[in-house]
Amino acid sequence: MHAADSLLKWKIIPLSSCVVSLTYCLSGHPTLPCNVLKFKSTTIMLDCGLDMTSTLNFLPLPLVQSPRLSNLPGWSLKDGNAFLDKELKECSGHVFVDSVPEFCLPETELIDLSTVDVILISNYHCMMALPYITEHTGFTGTVYATEPTVQIGRLLMEELVNFIERVPKAQSASLWKNKDIQRLLPSPLKDAVEVSTWRRCYTMQEVNSALSKIQLVGYSQKIELFGAVQVTPLSSGYALGSSNWIIQSHYEKVSYVSGSSLLTTHPQPMDQASLKNSDVLVLTGLTQIPTANPDGMVGEFCSNLALTVRNGGNVLVPCYPSGVIYDLLECLYQYIDSAGLSNIPFYFISPVANSSLEFSQIFAEWLCHNKQTKVYLPEPPFPHAELIQTNKLKHYPSLHGDFSSDFRQPCVVFTGHPSLRFGDVVHFMELWGKSSLNTVIFTEPDFSYLEALAPYQPLAMKCIYCPIDTRLNFIQVSKLLKEVQPLHVVCPEQYTQPPPAQSHRMDLMIDCQPPAMSYRRAEVLALPFKRRYEKIEIMPELADSLVPMEIKPGISLATVSAVLHTKDNKHVLQPPPRPTQPTGGKKRKRASDDIPDCKVLKPLLSGSIPVEQFVQALEKHGFSDVKVEDTAKGHIVLLQEAETLIQIEEDSTHIICDNDEMLRVRLRDLVLKFLQKF
Amino acid sequence: MTAGLPVPSQTGHAGLSSLIMDPECSQLLPALCSVLADPRQPVTDDTCLEKLLDWFKTITEAGSSLLLLQENPCLLGLLCHVLKPQDLSPRVLAFSLRLAGMLAAQEDCFQYLQGDSSLFVASAAGQLLVHVLGLSLQGPAEGHPGLQTGDWPVCAQKIASHIEESLRSAATPQITQALNVLTTAFGHCHNPWTQVLWVRLSPLVASLLEKDPVPAAHSLVDLLLSVARSPVLSSSSCGLWETLAQTLSHLSPTQAGPLALGILKLQECPQALRAQAFAVLLQPLTCVLEATAQAPGLLDSLDGTGGASVTVDTLLPSKAACVGLLCRTLAHLELLQPLPQRPSPWPQAPLLGATVTILRLCSGSATPASDAGGHLCAFLVGCVRVQRAALDFLGTLSQGTGPRELVTQVFAVLLEYLTSPDSSPTVLKKAFQATFRWLQSSPETPGCSDLDPHAQLFLRDLLPVLPKRLCSPCWEVRDSGLEFLTQMIGRWGGQAGFRHALLASEVPELTEQLLRDPESYVRASAVAAMGQLSSQGLRVTPASPEHPGGQQKSLLAELLHILSTDSEGFPRRAVMHVFTQWLRDGHADVARDTERFVARVLQVASQDLDWEVRAQGLELALVFLEQTLGRPSSHCPYAVTPPVAAPPSPLAQALRPLCRVQLFEFAFRALFDCDRPVAQKSCDLLLFLRAQTASYSGPQGSGSVPEVASVEAALQRWQAGDQGQPLGYLEPEVVVAVLRSMDLEGLRGALAESSDRVEKSPRSLLQDMLATVGALGEDEADCY
Repeated sequence: MHAADSLLKWKIIPLSSCVVSLTYCLSGHPTLPCNVLKFKSTTIMLDCGLDMTSTLNFLPLPLVQSPRLSNLPGWSLKDGNAFLDKELKECSGHVFVDSVPEFCLPETELIDLSTVDVILISNYHCMMALPYITEHTGFTGTVYATEPTVQIGRLLMEELVNFIERVPKAQSASLWKNKDIQRLLPSPLKDAVEVSTWRRCYTMQEVNSALSKIQLVGYSQKIELFGAVQVTPLSSGYALGSSNWIIQSHYEKVSYVSGSSLLTTHPQPMDQASLKNSDVLVLTGLTQIPTANPDGMVGEFCSNLALTVRNGGNVLVPCYPSGVIYDLLECLYQYIDSAGLSNIPFYFISPVANSSLEFSQIFAEWLCHNKQTKVYLPEPPFPHAELIQTNKLKHYPSLHGDFSSDFRQPCVVFTGHPSLRFGDVVHFMELWGKSSLNTVIFTEPDFSYLEALAPYQPLAMKCIYCPIDTRLNFIQVSKLLKEVQPLHVVCPEQYTQPPPAQSHRMDLMIDCQPPAMSYRRAEVLALPFKRRYEKIEIMPELADSLVPMEIKPGISLATVSAVLHTKDNKHVLQPPPRPTQPTGGKKRKRASDDIPDCKVLKPLLSGSIPVEQFVQALEKHGFSDVKVEDTAKGHIVLLQEAETLIQIEEDSTHIICDNDEMLRVRLRDLVLKFLQKF
Repeated sequence: MTAGLPVPSQTGHAGLSSLIMDPECSQLLPALCSVLADPRQPVTDDTCLEKLLDWFKTITEAGSSLLLLQENPCLLGLLCHVLKPQDLSPRVLAFSLRLAGMLAAQEDCFQYLQGDSSLFVASAAGQLLVHVLGLSLQGPAEGHPGLQTGDWPVCAQKIASHIEESLRSAATPQITQALNVLTTAFGHCHNPWTQVLWVRLSPLVASLLEKDPVPAAHSLVDLLLSVARSPVLSSSSCGLWETLAQTLSHLSPTQAGPLALGILKLQECPQALRAQAFAVLLQPLTCVLEATAQAPGLLDSLDGTGGASVTVDTLLPSKAACVGLLCRTLAHLELLQPLPQRPSPWPQAPLLGATVTILRLCSGSATPASDAGGHLCAFLVGCVRVQRAALDFLGTLSQGTGPRELVTQVFAVLLEYLTSPDSSPTVLKKAFQATFRWLQSSPETPGCSDLDPHAQLFLRDLLPVLPKRLCSPCWEVRDSGLEFLTQMIGRWGGQAGFRHALLASEVPELTEQLLRDPESYVRASAVAAMGQLSSQGLRVTPASPEHPGGQQKSLLAELLHILSTDSEGFPRRAVMHVFTQWLRDGHADVARDTERFVARVLQVASQDLDWEVRAQGLELALVFLEQTLGRPSSHCPYAVTPPVAAPPSPLAQALRPLCRVQLFEFAFRALFDCDRPVAQKSCDLLLFLRAQTASYSGPQGSGSVPEVASVEAALQRWQAGDQGQPLGYLEPEVVVAVLRSMDLEGLRGALAESSDRVEKSPRSLLQDMLATVGALGEDEADCY
């Protein structure tokens, strides 16, 4: 059926060669992803995460002059050379860069970012690098995100800019970044990657400009990209407005799963069903602490908080101004009475504290069902409203101003930044670090708490690490994959092996069939599916004119003569223009009247050639020395005397003879007798 | 009624109302029979029919069955009716047939009932078959059973053939029925004919093992165990032990577990079979040890049978199978451990090793040595079910000893569970329980009753964990933490090492704060813990930040406050328990003014709405009473003879404190308490008191008659439900007089009758059944 096959494909255009979809991995951080997907002539950036762990190499920015930090000794090489002592300071055996903290940007060299058509944002933590991309790479496309993502993302950026800008630091260190010098530095500075590309924080102006390029979307909304691809955000259950994305064409579906959660916290639950039938599922943003169960950690948080406060100590919780803090406040709301902590003040200090607490109450449609129903009562969905009303929770933009007059100890302070390098938290670390009555409780999983604490050593205050990460763990992933059954899974390489510290925990990796394809920073990955088909519409009048012929039961064929019209990645077969009848008066033919030459249309062939009968036919026609050889793909019929070879394969037949056109035509006609024509 | 019928002598007895048909029941019965006979009014509740049968059984057993039938022709009508072919529910049919069988011992037509969906029907049919079989073989065959079933009566032969056919059937339900019938037969009947039957059928039973999978494995296990337990069958040489051994090796590990346990529980059994059964039971644990490459010594002793070693992949192939099998195995071993006939030597060390390993696999801290171990780890990580089962078994294993290093591991894994934030509340509770058992069993240092140094070290690590648990946002955790603490103080509260460690921790202070916990269970546990702390002098009173410099309330006052104001019963009950214990132990706060204490507590307790609090009040009253009157003197021949000239009225003196604390008012009120246990307890207390005062012969007429009469009148009013008026202070003489005049024995007899005797009466049953089908005249009720 060789000819018939090719005819069938005319209904669905075979692409000249199979088109491979690529992903460019621009971030090595599995929970702060930044990938670029090239799919069907579109270039889509998936998330725009900013790796802030680079700031751990810098000295904290104290809000109030800190004699301790300013008197740290400069660092000198082993040979006593002290040329770096202005840039590098030593604290308890660790070396820090004394400069404005810098961030490690997504890879900008791997792909020309000005060619990115759209950026899809999955949650507010995964958009922190946006200004770097939209403002400095020639990007001219559109960014898609949900409303809460944009609003809370703005708060996070605003807080970050505020934290850094309000403590102006004249010094900017660059000497240490010299490759030859970096080699001489102690770890972890020595091992820091791509330090030359590290950048200072963006400005508020850049933030505003970047955010102005965002177009708001709602869950399950279908967004057409150039007619070629449709993208749809789905609820991912992780944070207010957090989404996973479906990127699909008529024949292919790629699911992009970023930070998702199946736990019942405040956001709308995760939409799993829509992820079914994916060709490829890109899986990022799993929990960073797969061994810690969030419930257990919340318990640990509460118990340690209560123990500290009961003993007259203060509790410091370094945190982001949105996200887990809502759940922690809710948990404390239920807990403080039972723990006898009703008289203990809770302070939330952030330049965006007020907006964050208020925003959380107005995004009702993005909340879980329980919280949504409260709105109709009407009650505020989050109980922190009541904590504020009863003066148990107080919030301040900064520790300057009202806070200093209200401040009462023992107390609990929620403040940023979780890296302990900037923000009000730096002041509290300096203030409370000396007493063993106080406790700092780390709940955000993004930073190693030991590294975060390094510039504050020696430290008397107690440190408790109870990271609360509600994102999917490996058991949940395994269930999810069983449920949605993607053909292929693509994920960061970190997910394909157990964590280095727990190499025996085979349960702490993705286990799926076929095995997941992994990627790492600065890698280009061909997605494991090939696009074969393209959908083409046939205009009704053209369809009317077709005369299908049944070539075998259930399969009919018809030849089509048409003009293929392609616009906005949509293909339409239109009837060919009728040949204009030459009128007597007009002899001159205009060039524009030229039509495709339909007259020389050759018939199409179908069917297969039965070799034995063909040989008999040849013998009948006087070829006596016919010899047949079997090949891998079919047969070769040899006419020895005529030195001619007929190669019969499933989808082609070749007659190879030397300069004897008469013989070739005779043989061709013999072959054609065995085939059907259209 | 036919004249001259012998009337059973019992009918005249009082208190046997259920043995005869009272007129009211006779009136209800025809209606019920017509309901039962009507297929349009289905009886959906089997239990009613069972109760009805029970009742008829008591009547027939009393010998009045003929009378029953003659007085209630409706019964015969029902029996005749069900014989007609009709669409009657099998339940009613079974009921009628059993009733008929009960009345006249009919013996056929039951086989088809065996497959009925109702458990009662199926089991009744099976039981009936067994019954009929037994009856038919009772006569000629008794004592000299025919060696061949061919010598049996036709009826018995038919039944045997039926069972035989069922066993040959390809349908599992039929095989199951046959096996169940045999299990019933051998379980209840130990006559020689059972041996004949077993000889005939055992080859068929054994042939079931050739099928793959073995059909009706569960019933087969039941049957084989019932045969093995039968003294007639187990002693005979009909290949029972071989069949058991074969079955053990043919069944899947899950099915073989119960059989292995059953075999090991047998009193008499060949040693080789016991060893095989034990090996089967231990297999999953052997697998665990293998997969984690434990010290070879441990493995050898678990795998001593030399049988083919089973790999993790075959025995524990999937998460569900692995979890299920491990939980069952651990539960079986837990049952086996305390039995005298448990295998000896008991592999204590490998079992400890395996249990600790399982717990480590569950917590993710074990390091598997192989891929199989890796899979096992992935199956078990975070599995709460296995954690609970393993901790239970670990607790049981504390009864034995173990090598030092294993005991160290036990404490390490327990500490890991107690510390881990990931331990679920139920797991934590089990971990606390296991910890207490292990601490209890840890050897005491010679010459010192304190904890051994090993346990001391453990305690040093444990005590910092406890405050965190007491602060947990999860009330179950706070509760089990407090329970553990209470146990610990009860056991080691007097010992220096423990006291020192406890006082250095924040535990006592936190416990006191939990008296105000929002969860009532926690408050109750905190009350118990505080009671213990205070008894042992471990209560600390530092100035807390909440009461800076303020005078702290005494614990007694605080507990009294809980007793009088707490809205939940549990904390109040706990307070009463603590107070009773304090009184018994002569707690310093109580001893300071015992009478005031007792008076106050009784006063509060008498107002309590919770009957357990009132009952506990009587317990406290009894302790006070015993302390006041002194225990009945033992007639010890060596005792110093009391002076002959005793004080004129020591008892009146002794009763005076009881009167002062108004104990009698409390007890008399309790006597007419609407809750029976309270009334019973009070009755017992007053009877005890009356016995104590029996010898008292105070000056005649000292209790003025008018006063006694007024008390009696008040008591009558109380009995009638009017408890408003207090009695006021009573003189001892008045009390004694009132006590003597009361019919306390009669009251005790009345109280001894079950309070639900009305609800359990046959009349009530008939009314209920009729009401369910709506035939009791409610149809005539007004309808809107």
